[in-house]
Amino acid sequence: MDLAAIVKALNLKVGCGGNALNREVKGGYVGDLLSDVIANSQEGHVWITRQIHQNIVAVASLKDLAAIILVQGSEPAPDTLEKATREGIPILIATDPGFEVAGKIYKLIST
Amino acid sequence: MSYDKTFSVEGGNFQAAGNVSSEIKGILKELGLPRDTVRRAAIVCYESEINIVSYAKKGQIVLHADDQSVEIEAKDEGSGIPDIELAMKEGYSTATAQVREMGFGAGMGLSNMKRYADDFFISSEVGVGTYVKMVVFNLDLKLHPDHPQWVDTYT
Ligand SMILES: Nc1ncnc2c1ncn2[C@@H]1O[C@H](COP(=O)(O)OP(=O)(O)O)[C@@H](O)[C@H]1O
Ligand SMILES: [Mg+2]
Repeated sequence: MDLAAIVKALNLKVGCGGNALNREVKGGYVGDLLSDVIANSQEGHVWITRQIHQNIVAVASLKDLAAIILVQGSEPAPDTLEKATREGIPILIATDPGFEVAGKIYKLIST
Repeated sequence: MSYDKTFSVEGGNFQAAGNVSSEIKGILKELGLPRDTVRRAAIVCYESEINIVSYAKKGQIVLHADDQSVEIEAKDEGSGIPDIELAMKEGYSTATAQVREMGFGAGMGLSNMKRYADDFFISSEVGVGTYVKMVVFNLDLKLHPDHPQWVDTYT
C-alpha cells in the first residue's frame, strides 16, 4: 500500500511532500523518543509521533522512513516543514490520536 | 577499499544535529557496504553526534571505512562524564527538561552505541571531554546459510 492510499483512507492533511506519496509503506513505528525511533524504526515505515520540531526530519531521513505522521492535529513547526520539504520527507497530519492512527494503518496494510 | 574523513560537530546546535550522520550514511551506502553495516553505523553515529551537540562545546567525528569494518570515533571538548558506568545505564540522563521535551534525553544513547556496535570504547575526563570509539564489522549475513537466525536478529 502506498502513502497516497493511507492519506485518503485516514483523511490526512498533507503538510509537505505531496509529490512523494507514491512511496510504498512497509509498516510503521510509534514513538516520541528519538533514540527509540533511531534504533527500532525500519526503512519504509511511517513514523507516528507527537514531536513537531525539526529534529524529527533528521531522524526520518537517516532511517529512510516513508513519512512522518503527526497526531491529534499537531501542526509541524515552520522550520520542520522547511527542512522536510528540502529532504523530501512527507509530513502528514492526522486529527485522530495516535492509537487510532496506528490501528487504522495497521489494519490497512495487513489486509 | 579504504576511506577516511573527519567531520566537525558544533555543540548546542540542535538545528544541524544529525547532519553529519546523514552524510556518513550516504558515504557508506555509496561505498557499497552491506545494508546491516550501514544501518548499525548510522545508529551509533547519530547517538554520538547528538551527545556532542547536547553535552560539548565542539567535537569531531572521524570516519574510517574499509572492507572489514566501519570505525567511528567521536571526540569532544565538553563537560566530560564523571561516572561512566552510571551514564551507560539505560534511562540515565542529565539532559534538561527542555531537551527531553524534544524527545532527546531518553538515556538510551550510550546503550544504543554499545548494542549496535560490535566494539565500543569510551573514556572521558571531567571538564576536558569525551572520546568514544565504535566499530561495526561488515558481516554480510547472507554468507552464513548455517545461521539463518542471524538474519532475523540483525535485519
Ligand atoms: N559526550 C558527552 N559529554 C558529556 N556527557 C555525556 C556525553 N555523552 C553522554 N554524556 C552523559 O551521559 C548521559 C547518558 O548519555 P546517553 O546514554 O546518550 O543518554 P542521553 O543523551 O539521552 O541523556 C548523558 O545524560 C550525559 O550526562
Ligand atoms: Mg545521548
